[in-house]
Amino acid sequence: MDQRCHDGVMESRSGALSPVDYIALTRARYDALGYPPYQWAEPPEQPPWTPLARPLSDCTVALIGSGGAYREGQVAFHWKDDTGLRHIPADEPAADVRVTHFAYDLEPARSDPNIVFPVDRLHELVDEGVIGGLAPTALGCMGGIYSARRATEELAPAVVVAVLAMDIDLALLVPV
Amino acid sequence: MPTLCLTSAYSITASVNPPRAAFSDLPLGHTVGRPHDPEFQRNLLRRAFAAAEAMDRPGTIAPTGMSWDADGDWKRRATPTGIEAEGGLSDGGTDGNSDTRNERVDVPQYQYESDRIAAESTP
Repeated sequence: MDQRCHDGVMESRSGALSPVDYIALTRARYDALGYPPYQWAEPPEQPPWTPLARPLSDCTVALIGSGGAYREGQVAFHWKDDTGLRHIPADEPAADVRVTHFAYDLEPARSDPNIVFPVDRLHELVDEGVIGGLAPTALGCMGGIYSARRATEELAPAVVVAVLAMDIDLALLVPV
Repeated sequence: MPTLCLTSAYSITASVNPPRAAFSDLPLGHTVGRPHDPEFQRNLLRRAFAAAEAMDRPGTIAPTGMSWDADGDWKRRATPTGIEAEGGLSDGGTDGNSDTRNERVDVPQYQYESDRIAAESTP
């Protein structure tokens, strides 16, 4: 155990079998850096519930990734609250997908974009019959938006409009 | 519209409270698993989908059972945005508490220069 760590960090790092507590880590890091506390968004107490309309093996799935995926020819995301959305043809291999983000280590995802934008894997699961199909368009966005208001008022409605225009049964959200 | 949210940040997803989520115990930036390990990634997705199909209560976070390794040693180096480099915690200059994020500039950040050229020549 690293005794120099703050209590929150120590607690959040302590158990090898328990998940890392990133909220505690972020609180401790911001405190150590002298930043004002991170303002976590206030979620609804009870999330909405829409049952699956059919068995998963018959469901068409849309991929929505917030790791900063775009494709060649598109304007890349910038790193300061970019609330844009990129429509990426899902029949393009992941090797042609680019990623950009200011916070996480991009090297692994640039080496294999499937770890944040799993288009190749989803095609394979269609072939296996696990899911019924993959929507022809996948959506890429930049999850690093430090304004809950802008994420709610700008990005989220654009995602909803794009998803509702698709003929799909399930939206798969892949944050980083 | 039904949604399924993958996550490797349990506490954050529990706070966000989406209708359906599937947790895998992986470092940030690796939501679907190890790079260049298609079977790991497929397994994670198969388990997440199977869990989603079985869920009947909003706010469920199902474990996929997929984890980075058996000992979880990477968690000792976990930071708010990923993993500290090996030895990073013993770096007296940072004490494991530096801000490792890149500067948040407001111009497009291309992966390749050729991406910039392609984007700027696209009408």
